[in-house]
Amino acid sequence: MTTQAIKTTTMTYGQAVCDGMAVEMRRDPTIYVAGEDVGMFGGGLGVTLGLIDEFGPKRVRNTPLSETAIVGHAVGAAMAGLRPIAEIMFDDFLGIVLDELGNQAAKARYMFGGKVAIPMVLRASCGAGIRAAAQHSQSLEAWCAHVPGLKTVAPSTPVDAKGLIIAAVRDDNPVVFLEHKTLLNIQGEVPEGEYIVPIGKAEVKRQGGDVTIVAWSAMVAQALAAAEALAAEGVSAEVIDLRTIVPFDKEAVLESVAKTNRLVIVHEAVRTAGFGAEVAAVVAGEGLDLLDAPIVRVTAPDTPVPFSPVLEDAYLPNADKIKAAVLSLL
Amino acid sequence: MADQRPQGKTNAAGGRSPKAGGRKAKAAKLVETTGLRPDELIGLLQRMMLIREFEEECARLYRAGRIRGVTHTYQGQEAVAVGVCSTLNVSDFITSTHRGHAHVIAKGGDVNLMMAELLGKATGYCKGRGGSMHIADMSQGILGANGIVGGGMGIAVGAALSSKMLGRDTVAVCFFGDGAMNQGILHEVSNIAACWNLPVVFLCENNFYGMSASVEDTLACKEMNLAGRAAAYDIPAATCDGMDVIDVHLATRAAVERARGGGGPSYVVCTTYRFLGHHVGDPLTYRDKSAVDPWRLRDPIPNFAGRLVADNLATREQVDRWEAEAKDAIARALAFAEESPDPDPSNLTEDVFA
Ligand SMILES: Cc1ncc(C[n+]2csc(CCOP(=O)(O)OP(=O)(O)O)c2C)c(N)n1
Ligand SMILES: [Mg+2]
Repeated sequence: MTTQAIKTTTMTYGQAVCDGMAVEMRRDPTIYVAGEDVGMFGGGLGVTLGLIDEFGPKRVRNTPLSETAIVGHAVGAAMAGLRPIAEIMFDDFLGIVLDELGNQAAKARYMFGGKVAIPMVLRASCGAGIRAAAQHSQSLEAWCAHVPGLKTVAPSTPVDAKGLIIAAVRDDNPVVFLEHKTLLNIQGEVPEGEYIVPIGKAEVKRQGGDVTIVAWSAMVAQALAAAEALAAEGVSAEVIDLRTIVPFDKEAVLESVAKTNRLVIVHEAVRTAGFGAEVAAVVAGEGLDLLDAPIVRVTAPDTPVPFSPVLEDAYLPNADKIKAAVLSLL
Repeated sequence: MADQRPQGKTNAAGGRSPKAGGRKAKAAKLVETTGLRPDELIGLLQRMMLIREFEEECARLYRAGRIRGVTHTYQGQEAVAVGVCSTLNVSDFITSTHRGHAHVIAKGGDVNLMMAELLGKATGYCKGRGGSMHIADMSQGILGANGIVGGGMGIAVGAALSSKMLGRDTVAVCFFGDGAMNQGILHEVSNIAACWNLPVVFLCENNFYGMSASVEDTLACKEMNLAGRAAAYDIPAATCDGMDVIDVHLATRAAVERARGGGGPSYVVCTTYRFLGHHVGDPLTYRDKSAVDPWRLRDPIPNFAGRLVADNLATREQVDRWEAEAKDAIARALAFAEESPDPDPSNLTEDVFA
């Protein structure tokens, strides 16, 4: 961003999201937060803890248990000059709010001939790994990606969580912001004050020459662990964190594949019609001549998320599965 | 596990037996006001005890890290699940919630299979795939606990429609909380159930909180008259004392009888309280520490036990023995669960489609 040394603070991913919201709320009084238990309780997963102390109940609004109203009212508020940050506890509850999100927020601008903007953020926790079972564990970024007019981001680190929430709040479009529940408590150094990570920009997390591994959200750490294990076997993997799902940074992926000629895509979501299929289609369509091997996906199987720890562990993609997939290509 | 069925053969709705005939002079009181036989009344107490012990064990297991994920327990609300389900037949339906263990036990669920499910075992109700929030038992008409608040509402109404379409006399009871009152689908299903005159009972457990959100702050209802909402759909409604198993039983029985008799849907709101947190581990920062004290004095289990004793339907020794039996049943359930194998991950992808 700037050339000056940036002052940083150690904080968790969840705190980084909160810090980013607070930075923006200080700057712009039209920004407010609305969701179940977001006040004193800090939201379903504690992300908004402390926010109400600074901004009060008018701008940190506890809602009734009414997801449809949480998202629906945000669309109207955004049309009428506010910048809502709506929270639903789990992305699984997208099932309840898809009309408000997909038919209203996403489409208004286009339908109305570009005459309106919907500057709203919808935050939700996503992902499995805490034994929360089938209705509290999904990774539904592909649902959002399939609706033109929505942006979707899924940060993997505290620093990106802060930079992307600020970018999302400043964006004049509806942005779905997915916070992986197993990442909420990881710590990192986060820049103080205004710090932006642009939406639509992937990041190369590790350089390598033999294979490109594309991942996002909680799978980035697994991809990096796999890359580390592969390095010990003499395989050099490049790891790209997509960070934003839509708009998809295809240039970053194609550039990497041009160097490595092999592509492994990792996501925690189920396989069929997951966003990995889109990544694969773009690379196959625009970079077939770059590829020396078939594109491989490492994903969850096409089932709901099971409860039992032994089943959930078997269900989830992990570093070992990624490593095996890479080795199958070499 | 025969003792785990809801009042066994005797719980047919409308199946209240004729007056017990006053063998003991004082036995007349509860028996007369309820029309229930002494063994049925005792069954209500035993079932509440079984639920309490199950939930206490769950909380212990969760704190010890042996139940994973999230678990919502029911201590304090036992009179609701038991009072309601004691009016139902095995073939009647219920839909349950995230706080569903008690509904399952009260409707005739098997605590062994439940405990195995909570521990994620292959022998559990859902083969370990569902966990605490997703227990179902089709053989008992239990159409599932639910992880989505309001998720059971549409299902209950569909089950009620099946009764009409298939020419059966079954009733569906839809359990939900005060928080769930604010889910949009409740409006839609209430209206459709009234329009189609469906045999469904919308059974609201008002424990004053949905997570940290109090009813006062989030429910637009004058004087806490949650049942008043039913008037908008011309649905009859009753509010009852959710700490009193008899009051719950009688209010629900009237609604169930109306539904079974072709009188359409009802609302029953049970005023109750959860003694503990929203889930095991909830710090309860949003509730005054002492707020629970008056409710604990109204604990449905010792209070109802006291009434049975006062009516000469039971002795203190019997009450103590029943409590010990409930503890034993839960200990056996835990042993069953612990001895059970984990699910085989190679079956992970089965059961996605019929
Ligand atoms: C649609 C939906 N929104 C939010 C949640 C998270 N959540 C689970 S239980 C609960 C509170 C429910 O309150 P209430 O209906 O009163 O039932 P109680 O917990 O008091 O039994 C919330 C907000 C959820 N599971 N589903
Ligand atoms: Mg409640």
